[in-house]
Amino acid sequence: MIQADLNVILPEIVLAVFAMLALLGAVYTVKDALASALVWATAGLMALLAVWIASATGGTQVAFGGMFIDDGFARFAKVAILLSAAAVLLMSQDYMHRRGLLRFEYPLLVALAAVGMMMMVSAGDLMALYMGLELQSLSLYVVAALRRDSVKSTEAGLKYFVLGALSSGLLLYGASLTYGYAGTTLFTGIVQTAQHGEVSLGLLFGLIFLISGLAFKVSAVPFHMWTPDVYEGSPTPVTAFFATAPKVAAMALFARLLHDAFGGAVADWQQVLVLLSVLSMFLGGIAAIGQRNIKRLMAFSSIAHMGYALIGLAAGTEMGVKAMLMYLAIYLTMNIGTFAFILMMERDGQPVTEIDALRQYSRREPGKALAVLILMFSLAGVPPMLGFFAKFGVWQAGVDAGLTGLVVASAVASVIGAFYYLRIVFYMYFGDETEEVLETNGSPVLWVALMGSAALMLVGVAYQFGVEGAAAAAAATLVN
Amino acid sequence: MIGLEHYLTVAATLFVIGIFGLFLNRKNVIILLMSIELMLLAVNINLVAFSSFLGDLVGQVFTLFVLTVAAAEAAIGLAILVCFFRNRGTIAVEDVNVMKG
Repeated sequence: MIQADLNVILPEIVLAVFAMLALLGAVYTVKDALASALVWATAGLMALLAVWIASATGGTQVAFGGMFIDDGFARFAKVAILLSAAAVLLMSQDYMHRRGLLRFEYPLLVALAAVGMMMMVSAGDLMALYMGLELQSLSLYVVAALRRDSVKSTEAGLKYFVLGALSSGLLLYGASLTYGYAGTTLFTGIVQTAQHGEVSLGLLFGLIFLISGLAFKVSAVPFHMWTPDVYEGSPTPVTAFFATAPKVAAMALFARLLHDAFGGAVADWQQVLVLLSVLSMFLGGIAAIGQRNIKRLMAFSSIAHMGYALIGLAAGTEMGVKAMLMYLAIYLTMNIGTFAFILMMERDGQPVTEIDALRQYSRREPGKALAVLILMFSLAGVPPMLGFFAKFGVWQAGVDAGLTGLVVASAVASVIGAFYYLRIVFYMYFGDETEEVLETNGSPVLWVALMGSAALMLVGVAYQFGVEGAAAAAAATLVN
Repeated sequence: MIGLEHYLTVAATLFVIGIFGLFLNRKNVIILLMSIELMLLAVNINLVAFSSFLGDLVGQVFTLFVLTVAAAEAAIGLAILVCFFRNRGTIAVEDVNVMKG
């Protein structure tokens, strides 16, 4: 009995045990001298686990009395989380090494955060949800403050911690009300209570608190205020990590909770999600216009992108979940490429984050400038790029679910948002001459990430490498 | 007779005090940590009260998890605060403002 349960969570156990053993091993031996090896080992192990999880063909497996669910949806999210975490780890190695930031704790904290995210997407119970979320959040608070001697980094860590703890408190209060009024913490039990007749007022309060807690984690407006500061203050590789895997995990958890536990009360949560989505898209689009720092700009960009992904969730249908998963997969690819470029940006060995530094960049590095142009067009959602098809997918799902107003609003917001992406392209190609030359001689890993993700934005339109089929299958296991 | 609603009222009051402590406090960051702790403990009262009135042990198990995580959270919060103090030389909330926002 317990053996069967353990088999289901074997990937999580392997990664957790690896992180703990490596931590002990590094502490008692040469410490930071092991850091580079640990980065490669962790990234390698994550990639292996991703292959293992992707090749698992078993249907839905449930462990520990329904607390842990391993289905197609969880596997899709886990593969995305593990691959993006591994890619970000490899991308950060060179940057952190040159700035003396590469400590052995960094890859291990990322690994522990990944374990937490894998728990989140597989949660079948409010307790499992909470424990996964906290394992992820506690690791992320520490990596945000990784640069211990910098005011900005520790301030980012402090802000992230205080607001993250507040969101955990809201989520937990919601969980306690849900437990009280549904009589159980299991999603399968809650969905039965929520299905028969009207949802009781207590349960509705619980649902609203749960949604606000999760909205913090996906940084949806009005719970977004931590995002720009944390993105700006954290070391850039950590920012790249924040913008990728945790967003997927939190959105997947959102979908899991709403469909598995509150699948019978779609009408009750749909309006809330529509509101979150509209506000995120508009604030992300408008507030980014004034930003001169590319990391803050990417923070508002990720707020806006989460707004678009929420359209898919707000649709409340299988097609909506599929569109959301596709959106997240494409968002991950675009962000990895963009952050690979941001990690390259430097002048005299110091990192540069001002977008003014990009003026006339295309003269010096036409190849990289073209890759950035493709990525910016894709982030803005300009038609021939993959980013447009991501938006098109959620719009289609939204229209099918009768949310035409939301879709129209989102099209308007995406036009507003296109402005600041195109401004970067404008600076690169038509900007004024500058004295200060931007250098972008990153490591080969960064080059591969930038060029690879730009190429995928073009190739992906014709050939999707089976991602679309996988997303459809994943959505089918979640919504039934 | 003290019923479920009394416990829920106390918990809700403590929770709201915690949230107000987070937003209205202008003095120092330690008070923020205390407010967060207050919110989590309010949730624990909720969980134990529900557990007792439902005759179901799960709520109390949940409480134990929450207590453990709250301890870990406080440890990490204080560690980050110590790092911040070393760089900035102050823990006043109004001085956590190097970045605007």
